[in-house]
Amino acid sequence: MSEISRRTAIKVIAAAAAAPSVFGGCEPPEADPARPSSPSANPLAAGTASDPDLLEPIVPWERSLDEHELETLAALCDLIIPADDRSPAASTLGAHEFVDEWVSAPYEGMQKDKVLVRGGIVWLDAESARRFGAGKRFVDLTVAQRTEICDDICYQPDAKPEHKSAARFFDKIRDLTATAFYTTREGMKDLGYVGNTPLASWGPPPDEALRHVGLI
Amino acid sequence: MSKAQENYDVIIVGSGAAGGMCALILAVNGVKVLMLEAGRNYDPVSETPMFQLPSEAPLRGGGTPEKPFGFYDATVDGGWRVPGEPYASAEDTNFLWWRARMLGGRTNHWGRISLRMGPYDFKPRSRDGLGFDWPMSYEDLAPYYDKTEALIGVYGSNEGLENTPNSSPGVLMPAPSPRVHELLAQKACRERLDIPVIPAHLAIMTERQDADRWPSELFPNNPLAQRVVGDSMRSRAACFWATPCGRGCSIKANFQSPTVLLPPALATGNLDIRTGAMVREVTVDTQGRATGVHYIDKRTRIDEHTSAKLVILAASACESARVLLNSTSSRFPDGLANGSGLVGKYLMDTVGAGVGGQFPALENMPPHNQDGASGMHLYMPWWLYKEQDAGRLDFARGYHVEFGGGRGMPGPGAFGGLEEYTNGAYGQRFKEEARRYYGSWLWFDGRGEMVPNEDSYCEIDPEGFDQWGIPTLKFHWKWSKHELNQARHMQHTFKDIIEAMGGKVTSTVHEDGADAIAAPGQIIHEVGGAIMGSDPKRSVLNQYCQSWEVPNLFVTDGACFVSNADKNPTLSILAIAWRASDYIVDQMTKGVFT
Repeated sequence: MSEISRRTAIKVIAAAAAAPSVFGGCEPPEADPARPSSPSANPLAAGTASDPDLLEPIVPWERSLDEHELETLAALCDLIIPADDRSPAASTLGAHEFVDEWVSAPYEGMQKDKVLVRGGIVWLDAESARRFGAGKRFVDLTVAQRTEICDDICYQPDAKPEHKSAARFFDKIRDLTATAFYTTREGMKDLGYVGNTPLASWGPPPDEALRHVGLI
Repeated sequence: MSKAQENYDVIIVGSGAAGGMCALILAVNGVKVLMLEAGRNYDPVSETPMFQLPSEAPLRGGGTPEKPFGFYDATVDGGWRVPGEPYASAEDTNFLWWRARMLGGRTNHWGRISLRMGPYDFKPRSRDGLGFDWPMSYEDLAPYYDKTEALIGVYGSNEGLENTPNSSPGVLMPAPSPRVHELLAQKACRERLDIPVIPAHLAIMTERQDADRWPSELFPNNPLAQRVVGDSMRSRAACFWATPCGRGCSIKANFQSPTVLLPPALATGNLDIRTGAMVREVTVDTQGRATGVHYIDKRTRIDEHTSAKLVILAASACESARVLLNSTSSRFPDGLANGSGLVGKYLMDTVGAGVGGQFPALENMPPHNQDGASGMHLYMPWWLYKEQDAGRLDFARGYHVEFGGGRGMPGPGAFGGLEEYTNGAYGQRFKEEARRYYGSWLWFDGRGEMVPNEDSYCEIDPEGFDQWGIPTLKFHWKWSKHELNQARHMQHTFKDIIEAMGGKVTSTVHEDGADAIAAPGQIIHEVGGAIMGSDPKRSVLNQYCQSWEVPNLFVTDGACFVSNADKNPTLSILAIAWRASDYIVDQMTKGVFT
């Protein structure tokens, strides 16, 4: 399975009823035979979201967007972060699925975002029909047509009064798309993030970086 | 598993900085110790998500009410709320109480910033007439700072600045080279603001410990201690300059109680640990001496009692105060060790305020690795001693500056707000703008000293009850003008630094300190609640963390703090706990606690 599909697989959290995991003896923690094989095996805190398995993360809530909403989001995410010679388009890295994960989360802020996102998708389709003919939905439009709509909603301060809410929706999707994209290996590579790798030693910044800020 | 060992010399409540240190020092000296930890067992070696990407975690690793510092943060069943373990705040108080229900407590996720309190910090009342003096001096604790730093591994440098003590030669590990934005800040502060920017001190090993030298220096004439501490030091690797310390460290390069203190303590054979043991109260005999503790076994939900000759509370400042206040009896109706009425009183947190900036000089930076030691390599110690002495500041005490940003691993929220910088870019232009702006934001945070006051305290909530049937805490809080004015001063300092570096301020600079200051408890440096002193009527403990009223009862965590200097408390908690433990061993050797 790919990283994305494994990560987002919905799993039911079973209340574990494993044996007590307490250790209390003469051995260091790592050598104790009663130590749990994974944190979620611990009956004190089995599988709760306040003690999740950090090594095999799961998303414990159900997704809620339908197929058409996901298709529309994929088109919008790719308009925001298209493919180029450095990195793929956002939907290739699951950005639209991340929006679904986000708006389906059981927290107050995300539940508000869900209203904004679902409403925004309906607005996009309605606007597509208004501009380009009855029955047209956002996904039916050419990239040029999609761009024509998004140019009107991509910057909140300049958006016309009738576009203000749609502009708020667009900015939310832009933020979520960027979060989804740049937190992947491919997105990090696009930015030139070269860390998260063990080094034998640590030295001063390279000369070209020091020169860049005028320190040499 | 736990041996059927009935006759413990000492019960330690809590397994974090204070509990871990006491356990190690007592165990290597042959004292039989039972440690009770309210949370679950936790093993950083096998449980730490070292290289996992945010994209592998729910919500890209972002914070939730269950995991406020993000999915990968090394906090189990904790944060601002613990399931089934509530607390209350008085009206107009929004105290935030961070707890972690796990072996090692908050030492697993902490910031590793390890600054010594200086000579002034022990005698604040003598200097400005506010608060209280400690019943010990810097010279009393200095040897324990040296020993603690050598034991846990701390990087830093000796700069000889006012009230910013040097360590003894050879104690500190080399400080890592600064990152480019840290150098930029250093230059601007030196040339334009006269603010010192020096290597930070963090409990992260930049090289392996000298396991042939330190065990014999730290524990002379103690072969058992030398063996277990030597083995522990040999098992730790130096930092490999990747992965955030807040997740914990599977190679044991940073300090966590479960990797540094508890393994050697357990290796002596003198320590047993019982997890899932939530202590309710300390019991006393007819002479008023501590006999043991009642705890709830979280697996069975049954109240258990265990006995020892001596009890050490190291459950964290507020939790230890809670245990004392809940230890009522006909002899001690107001709680144990509370003849002074000061248990729960004089709670202090750190004054926190921050300002962000965006820096054109950092845009389009040539790609290079800026992960480093994960925490900061440089910081600004408090520097305005002369201005304060001259009466030119409208607050007492000082703050230091922590700062960070740059080209770290992108996390949730990466490029949120790019709309305003780019007039709403999307498409190919968005990708190009993201490359340009990545790493060009920095954040500056003040960490300052709060003066203790009568209105900041915790008490037992008459209506509160947690899921273990234990009465809960209610918090009261008031900031004085010193804290509020200090928070305002911080904000103006950060604005000056940002502008001196050629940057633009990206957050609000508040004129009213009340709008700038972090909520009480939010900096997670809460101390006090069982202050030490030299007068039994005006303090709970003596300078060795020993209760004035119950001589075989000690409180070695942050509760004993008399003041809360701008030096983050963990290093001092460790050093004070070691000093108290030496005193306990000495007294036991003399046959005092039989």
